[in-house]
Amino acid sequence: MDLHTNYLGMTLANPLVPSASPLSRDVAMCCRLEDAGASALVMYSLFEEELNSQHARQMQLLESREIGHSEATHFLPLHAEPSHALEQYLEQVQALKQRLSIPVIASLNGTSQDGWINIAKQLTEAGADALELNIYNVAADPLHSASDMERGYIELISTLRQVVSCPIMVKLSPYFSALGHFVQQLEDTGINGVSLFNRFYQPDIDPDTLRVQASIHLSRSEDALLSMRWLGILFGKTRLTLAATGGIHTAEDAVKMLLAGADVTHLCSVLLQQGPTALSQILTGISDWLDESPYESLEQARGVLSHLHSNDPTLYERASYVQLLKTGRY
Amino acid sequence: MSPKQLTLDGNEAAARIAHATNEVIAIYPITPASVMGEVADALSAEGQTNLWGSIPKIVEMQSEAGAAGAIHGALQAGSLCTTFTASQGLLLMLPNMYKIAGELTPTVFHIAARSLAAQALSIFCDHSDVMAARGTGFALLASNSVQEVQDMALISQAVSLKSRLPVLHFFDGFRTSHEIVKIDTLSNEQIRALLDERCIHNHRARAMSPDHPVIRGTSQNPDVYFQARESVNPYYQQFSQHLTEVMQAFGKLTGRHYQPYEYYGAADAKQLIVLMGSAVQTLQETVDHLNATGEKTAVLAVRLYRPMDPQKLLACLPASIQSIAVLDRCKEPGSDGEPLYKDLVTLVAQAVSQGTAPFTHLPKICGGRYGLSSKEFTPGMVKAIFEMLKAPQLKQGFTIGIDDDLSHTSLDWDSQFRTQASQAATSALFYGLGADGTVSANKNAIKIIGEQTDLQVQGYFVYDSKKSGAMTISHLRFSPEPIRSAYLIQDNEAAFVACHQSIFLQRPDLLNAAAPNGVFLLNTSTPPDQVWDSLPLAIQQDLIDKQLSFYVIDAYALAEQLQMGRRINTIMQSCFFTITELLPRETALQAMKTAVEETYGSKGGKITEINCQAIDLAPAHLHRVPVPDKVSQTAEALQKIPDSAPEFVRRITARLIDGEGDRIPVSQLPDDGTWPTATAQWEKRNIALEIPVWDTELCIHCGKCPLVCPHSAIRSKIFDPKEVEQTAPESFLHTPVKGKEFPPDYHISYQVAPEDCTGCGLCVDICPIKDKSQPGRRALNLQPLTKPLLQQEQRNWAYFLALPEYDRTKLRTGVIKEAMLTQPLFEFSGACAGCGETPYLRLASQLFGDRMLIANATGCSSIYGGNLPTTPWCKNAEGRGPTWNNSLFEDNAEFGLGMRLAVDHQTRYAQQLLQQLLQQPRAELDSALVDALLQADQSDEAGIYEQRQRVLQLRQQLSKSTSPLARELETLADQLVKKSVWIIGGDGWAYDIGFGGLDHVLASGENVNILVLDTEVYSNTGGQTSKATPRGAVAKFSAGGKATAKKDLAMIAMSYENVYVAQVAYGAKDLQTLKAFLEAESFDGPSLIIAYSPCIAWGNDLKHNHQMQDLAIRSGHWPLLRYDPRRLDAGNNPLQLDSKPPSVAYREFTGSETRFSMLWRSHEADAERYLQASQQESQRHYQHYAQLAALKPDSDEKE
Repeated sequence: MDLHTNYLGMTLANPLVPSASPLSRDVAMCCRLEDAGASALVMYSLFEEELNSQHARQMQLLESREIGHSEATHFLPLHAEPSHALEQYLEQVQALKQRLSIPVIASLNGTSQDGWINIAKQLTEAGADALELNIYNVAADPLHSASDMERGYIELISTLRQVVSCPIMVKLSPYFSALGHFVQQLEDTGINGVSLFNRFYQPDIDPDTLRVQASIHLSRSEDALLSMRWLGILFGKTRLTLAATGGIHTAEDAVKMLLAGADVTHLCSVLLQQGPTALSQILTGISDWLDESPYESLEQARGVLSHLHSNDPTLYERASYVQLLKTGRY
Repeated sequence: MSPKQLTLDGNEAAARIAHATNEVIAIYPITPASVMGEVADALSAEGQTNLWGSIPKIVEMQSEAGAAGAIHGALQAGSLCTTFTASQGLLLMLPNMYKIAGELTPTVFHIAARSLAAQALSIFCDHSDVMAARGTGFALLASNSVQEVQDMALISQAVSLKSRLPVLHFFDGFRTSHEIVKIDTLSNEQIRALLDERCIHNHRARAMSPDHPVIRGTSQNPDVYFQARESVNPYYQQFSQHLTEVMQAFGKLTGRHYQPYEYYGAADAKQLIVLMGSAVQTLQETVDHLNATGEKTAVLAVRLYRPMDPQKLLACLPASIQSIAVLDRCKEPGSDGEPLYKDLVTLVAQAVSQGTAPFTHLPKICGGRYGLSSKEFTPGMVKAIFEMLKAPQLKQGFTIGIDDDLSHTSLDWDSQFRTQASQAATSALFYGLGADGTVSANKNAIKIIGEQTDLQVQGYFVYDSKKSGAMTISHLRFSPEPIRSAYLIQDNEAAFVACHQSIFLQRPDLLNAAAPNGVFLLNTSTPPDQVWDSLPLAIQQDLIDKQLSFYVIDAYALAEQLQMGRRINTIMQSCFFTITELLPRETALQAMKTAVEETYGSKGGKITEINCQAIDLAPAHLHRVPVPDKVSQTAEALQKIPDSAPEFVRRITARLIDGEGDRIPVSQLPDDGTWPTATAQWEKRNIALEIPVWDTELCIHCGKCPLVCPHSAIRSKIFDPKEVEQTAPESFLHTPVKGKEFPPDYHISYQVAPEDCTGCGLCVDICPIKDKSQPGRRALNLQPLTKPLLQQEQRNWAYFLALPEYDRTKLRTGVIKEAMLTQPLFEFSGACAGCGETPYLRLASQLFGDRMLIANATGCSSIYGGNLPTTPWCKNAEGRGPTWNNSLFEDNAEFGLGMRLAVDHQTRYAQQLLQQLLQQPRAELDSALVDALLQADQSDEAGIYEQRQRVLQLRQQLSKSTSPLARELETLADQLVKKSVWIIGGDGWAYDIGFGGLDHVLASGENVNILVLDTEVYSNTGGQTSKATPRGAVAKFSAGGKATAKKDLAMIAMSYENVYVAQVAYGAKDLQTLKAFLEAESFDGPSLIIAYSPCIAWGNDLKHNHQMQDLAIRSGHWPLLRYDPRRLDAGNNPLQLDSKPPSVAYREFTGSETRFSMLWRSHEADAERYLQASQQESQRHYQHYAQLAALKPDSDEKE
């Protein structure tokens, strides 16, 4: 069975690509993922905020351990200075490139132009085959319009495109008013692909302490449907590589994404829960499905149920919502 | 090839050689020697090998006694071993030192000499410790400078191996151990060349081995012990020769020539001073100066003190010597002279009697004391001694550097005398705060100048005794000639004075050190065109009088712009180089950037980047401010200690606060170490930038804010509002108190002491109340401490203090809110802002302070609890309060037990006297009163109050009695009131050095309360690993994370079954803490409270103190428990587990604390391994406790 796919200009053996997760902090685990069939690997995200907060921590540490009195001019062993998160990330890129034969995609979650540009350059110099950029700005300021936000992103990505030559993937939020139009603009910048969608860690409220706190929940299969809808809508309308991410837990989930139009499907929560064997099981499942399907290759199957090719494109649109409510199938 | 030069301090110089030439290094932290152990540990942690290619094994022991024992064992098993210590640490090593010397075992102990604790502890330098070791049989070798420390460390090693005598290599604590200078280092080839391999092989050959067994450590009887003791004499007789040979060999290798005794000065000198240590340098500098003016003076530096070689010593001296002063840096009370003096007198007398003396006339000899506890010793003092030596009659047993108006031992000196050498050096003085990086910037500056120029450099750093808001003064000298000024920069000497914190402008002596036509650099947020008018009068006057060039920079604004927080170090350093032009500007800028890269490493990322930006940008932000001809400031009345303060405080404490302690004469000081308590209230430090402001509308009066305040700077009081109607300042806030337990209509006030608050924000953090419309707003909110707010709150605080305390007998102390209405008798300590220890001490003082005796182990709590000038333990309106003493580090449990035994004995005796007096034929005491006194129930505040009233009545009745028994009972009557004995210390004491004693006291069954302030490291000495340090935490001596689990002290104590044990964390569950304190005190037997105490040494900002405690409990790291043996009597399980099963991943707990999380960056695999182990351990640990707590207690009842 031909499971090959094209991803950011690279030919991958299959469409299963582990997405950014802590698993890629461990080189041995990455080798296991490759052995299980991963066709490429997106590394854990390097957050610009993390670099900034590490900086703040280091400054605080410098202050506190040099608090200075006669008996102790400093605290904590000076030689145990932690290495910088960026440095560690770059070392990990190099280590993974050395040990893996599949493409390694560095993932960057930046907040400022300076941060993106400088760090992106260093990541490619360290050997990353491609860059995944996470757009994660919450427009909390009511003075910022949607078009302001989009313009900001496009400017940033255009600049980045000019300074790095490797393929660039943009991982998008689902909260764009006109996603299709925005993807068009992204395509015009010269990037190579989009990934749908970024899952945001939503804040939560503890009613007992009356405190807002960060929360994290793993995805479920039904979370993938949002991505599927937009993959279906975008397929055939953009030259960009399309990646599905968020909620892909089974072979069936993955096949749905491919039928909607995805070039690759990213896996995360399922790997965190079940380990690399889940990947090989999904791969076998896709292969089995393809075996029994009327298609000879995944390439043939890709996008056949997209908005473009679907027998009822309206199902991708708002009308389906009304119908569902009417039939009570919820 | 010229030797490699390094800029380092004495501790590092010694440790590098010790590490290179040894195999086993046993260490234990003690100031000022801790750094040697830390350097050795760091070298091994970095994988640095010794000369023979192996990484020395560093082992931290439970005490110096333990370190000496381990060294003794390792030596006997044939390794090359060393250790580092000082002061009490050396005393703890003495027993083993006799053994090591008695067995003729080569080793070197490196000592940063420090005062011994006598009438008080002192961390500073003198030779009391070393002199106490002079009878051990160790050879004693002194180093007088940092260069010598390195060289003599190696020479000691070589001569010890060669002679088989162990060597105590010592140098002056702080002055040499912490002074930074440029030295010529030794290459491995040079080190190897000096060590005779055959001697090392012989040492190994003598090792204990079952392959060629011997027995040592026998028990000898009167028949042979004496002779055997004399059998070692040849080794001592030959030592000096061995030393000379090694020194000669060293000279050939390095070009630096040393002698056991070194004469310096006029070849035909008439006056001679003999001494050891860093002051030798000052002597040499002064001798040069005096001789250049025609004097005939000289100094003899004694390097080899034991075994003394009289012949070699006398051979150095010219026949012309007419008078000799021998200076000892120690005091031997009751002796007619100190050790070095006595030795000199003896050897001169012997030589004269034998006709071998070199002198044409027998010189006059006198002894004197100088420099105790790092008292300054300056050229002016040297000159005074030489002057005295010219007198017909020498002053025996003189002192120099103090005003002894009691025994009239002191010599006067000219404080304005300066040597030519000191005037030729460029001196610079910097005032900074501990955390602002001033010291590290200056260390960098010295390094840069040392490495980039041919100038000689010297850096010495003086810290104040507080831990929060501590001031640092950096003394830097640069000179084309060797710098021998082993004393601080003196008045009018500094060409450059920098004040990195504008708060220090209030010091009228700030510019005393500034030399005429020098430079004054000020960091201030006041714009350059307004800064002149903002300066205090004294500063303006000095700027004008001394014609100083005045520069300002707003370093905080630039630091803020560059996201550097409060770190202004590189900015100020850049200004220093720009103004002084000690180096060409570009060279200086580049050297500073290189230093930044070296400091933060190639992995420094943003820190490196912004520091380099700071270096570039700083000069442009620097402004020169014209100095007008006239002052614009009028004399501002300096805030002085008010007349209402006690006489002692006004006469003595005030002068200490003002930095005038050096001028206080002997007669004015307490002679037995007894000082008044309650003095911290008079030292207003004003270090908070923000203070909490109370919102009376929101507050529910829960009492949590005073409970958590580390400095007792926020308090609550209730009162009848009628009392304050007419008198309260308008801004004084009070509101009807919530709760039916108080008199109706009473009001409550929560008041902040604005000048004592550190602005840590913990009171705001703990406040459970949130404004419903603005959840971010609480019943307490931090506000910037502006001048109007300060003045307003000063008035309010004074008013609040004057309000009477509420009757404590009416308060239920088991309720937080009511317990917090009791008066704190521990206040305004110098502990770190946000300290996790002090809230426990304040709580104990509130509950039991008026009848508390405290034995306090050496450590943080003894420093913020008992370090002069002012101390925090205080008194209530009746004059009662905790009485406090610090004995030692290792003996604290025993010390406290002694107090208990004494109190109990006196109580029993008083009771016995009562009965005897009652039985006297002429009954003078009311029998009902005696019965009541003997049967009193003192289990609560009301009972104690009533007993005190009875004692008052008793005293009245006794005063009318003529019986001698009545006089006796009058001295003991107060012991009829229940006393509460508290044994307080940190984990270093309880888990390590004092554990044996603690264990014994727990087993004693006596009624003592032991409070362990568990910071999980040795906090006071800088965060070294203790057995309380958790697995995976990074601490000094555990750079790769501690590999073993924390000791479960609670479980050990519970195993006795008759000990009350509690594990508490006030920030997580305050009521459990309160209950534990009350239960512990009420338990008639030993009680142990182990108190979780977040510490600055963990690397976190202590504003998160409470969250840190909360996570420790919820992750299972710190289970809360109480084990009360009394519960068994009621048929209950004695153990109560007060925290829920772990509900938060251990990873979350460790991830939130720097001490753990930094290991993830440096040793990721180990960090994960330790984490997994700790996670399982904490679960298992909790379950174990839960199982114990769930056990059905044994019952005697028959079914």
